[in-house]
Amino acid sequence: MAEFLALYLPSWLAYLVAGLVHCALLLLIPFAGAMFFVWVERKVSARIQDRLGPTRVGGRFGWLQLLADGLKLINKEDVMPKDADALLFRMAPYVSFCASFTALLALPFSQGWVPQHMNVGVFFILAVLGLEVFGVILGGYSSASKWSLFGAMREAAQVVSYEVPLGLCVVVPVMIAGSMDLVTIASMQAGLFTNWFIFHDPFTFITFWVYFTCAVASVNRAPFDLAEAESELVAGFHTEYSGFRWLAFYMAEYGSMFAVSGLAAILFFGGWNGPLPVAELLRLTHDTGPVAGYLGNLLGLFNFVFKCVAGVTVMIWVRWTLPRLRIDQVLKTCLKYCTPLAAGAFLGAAVWTLYLPGGVGLRSRPYVEVLERAPQNARQPSTSAAPDRIAAKPQPILRAGGINPPE
Amino acid sequence: MNLLSQPVGLSHYLVVGAVLFVAGVACMATKRNALGVLLGIELVLNGANVNFVAFSSSWLRSDSQFAMGLEGHLVALFVIVLAAAEAAVALAITLNFYNNHATIDVDRADELQG
Amino acid sequence: MEPINWHTFFFLLFSLVACAFAVAVLISTNIVRMAFYLTLSLGATSGLFFLAGADFVGAMQLLIYVGGTLVLLIFGVMLTAQGPFISMKTAGGEWVLATIVGGALLALLLQTAFSVNDWHGPAAATPSHFGAREASSDPLTQPFTPATETASVRTASVTRGAKPAGEPSPWSEEAPRTATRLGMGLLGARVDLLEQHDDTLRHGMSGYLLPFEIVSVHLLVVLVGAAYLARAKRRARN
Repeated sequence: MAEFLALYLPSWLAYLVAGLVHCALLLLIPFAGAMFFVWVERKVSARIQDRLGPTRVGGRFGWLQLLADGLKLINKEDVMPKDADALLFRMAPYVSFCASFTALLALPFSQGWVPQHMNVGVFFILAVLGLEVFGVILGGYSSASKWSLFGAMREAAQVVSYEVPLGLCVVVPVMIAGSMDLVTIASMQAGLFTNWFIFHDPFTFITFWVYFTCAVASVNRAPFDLAEAESELVAGFHTEYSGFRWLAFYMAEYGSMFAVSGLAAILFFGGWNGPLPVAELLRLTHDTGPVAGYLGNLLGLFNFVFKCVAGVTVMIWVRWTLPRLRIDQVLKTCLKYCTPLAAGAFLGAAVWTLYLPGGVGLRSRPYVEVLERAPQNARQPSTSAAPDRIAAKPQPILRAGGINPPE
Repeated sequence: MNLLSQPVGLSHYLVVGAVLFVAGVACMATKRNALGVLLGIELVLNGANVNFVAFSSSWLRSDSQFAMGLEGHLVALFVIVLAAAEAAVALAITLNFYNNHATIDVDRADELQG
Repeated sequence: MEPINWHTFFFLLFSLVACAFAVAVLISTNIVRMAFYLTLSLGATSGLFFLAGADFVGAMQLLIYVGGTLVLLIFGVMLTAQGPFISMKTAGGEWVLATIVGGALLALLLQTAFSVNDWHGPAAATPSHFGAREASSDPLTQPFTPATETASVRTASVTRGAKPAGEPSPWSEEAPRTATRLGMGLLGARVDLLEQHDDTLRHGMSGYLLPFEIVSVHLLVVLVGAAYLARAKRRARN
């Protein structure tokens, strides 16, 4: 797009505009996504509690309720506690929001449609999602309230301690795929739904459930939300926040939920690949032509967004179904259950990959063929044509007297 | 505009590393808060990391066949890991000191003074 | 008007943020704000790592340094930031001394940084990666080459299959891929130096397996030690 704009504008302006357009597209996810997810949450929670939810604003289903809420929040008075540390109080929501938004930078939404194609995509997303805790700590501290500080510290402890099993769980699909590149990982799951990594071996199946639990804990949702739910009892870290600052925290939370759901979709459920290879059957690939390729990518985008929304909906469902855990139960779950399960599943998946590299044999397409089509994995022409990693079988890498290349 | 169109080389990265390093050293020397000293240590290690990564990059210098390549990245990796380890231990010591003396002022840590 | 070199633009952005917040850490007296400024400074340093081609180290900096070490430090700060300990000022004399020593060190480092001509920037004839050692078409090593298209005079004799000179900017190439090489290097296989012809240098290419093990044991020892140091003790007097 930048090159196209450079025909009409000075080149630096063209790049700036192209960057801003892409940013705006990505910002749709926290803004519009938060609106949509809050509506889903209110409707789902209402049905679970045997009531109706928003039904007045915007027709029978209350579509515009969230727009009204958003307008109300923007118009609220901007209050700040007298003893609050002004700079940190103002910065905290935006730190959380930036961390959540940056995680969306490395998520591929379709074949080749990734804002920044990184070789270490998985690692980057994990790293950035762990930065959200800073917003929480700073918000809790700068509110000049003891209870905010306690809530913030507990939430920070929870997020940090759940990063460990989360990392272990994420490593399992990375190990199966042989690459940290999210585009590669999802491309390897193309074809029938039996190619998806969750069906690759029983250990990966277990890993998905542990990952989901840790992800829910990591975004402070569902049964692990003592930090924000204690606001009903005592105070949470965002007690003193109102109006747009609270909205920023809220959008950060929903953005993170979307990001971890997206990560789960890519790592375990094939990303943009549907259960059936419809795009291929309809010949909507890049081989046929650019328009057909675009349509195929669009189909992939719908698949991916559907999976993300499904993930977030399951999180919402679980929130309103299960009772809340205490802080000691939360930490016990992490250290006594999630971490050993994740480590055991990791070991099991490693051994399984060593001896049965093709999974349980349900693959409808061998690895090699997928990787040989790797040039399609990125729209940027500069990505190398060589596959990241060939066969799943490990090669002996060290022999006496020399070093062997790994493939 | 002229400034922005010139390529950046190794020297510029070394300048950044130097500024971080000196800021860290000055932090370690002047802060009375023990945790301030720890923050200075982190700055020093980061300055060194910037240097390592810059030297290992193969597109920042014109004699790039002498670039360190992976050695620089691996050393930076080890530095990060070891910095995390020493931050944990230093923090444990500092918190012990705070619990025993009810102060975090390093000027008050003078029990062994002659 | 010359086109903006975006690498330079982002380098200036990240380096100014990193240096400014590092100086802010030095100048500020409020311990919580110092920790926050350090977070921003280290985040900008991670950006610098990404710019220099170290994608794995950059992500690791974010994950471990900013997301782990700094969270630990901020916990420590929160636990001890009570009343008089939040802002502690240093005496003026110490500042003078620190300025003199720091200024001298900074001057020395800056002078050294600019003293070597080869370090001023990439040459017009684009350097090829690792010169004598990188010449293979191994798919693992190939993508890391910033520019395989230009045969520079110094390395022409050892570069196999040099393509005709193309765009001299090294940043028109693809994103760096260091993760696999680093992983292999940590296991002992230096796959980035496959074409090392010199036998003497080849003997030293044993990989980083031993340091990896040492660091792992070191981390375990640190965990145990820190847990012991931070244990809850019985109070000697009630």
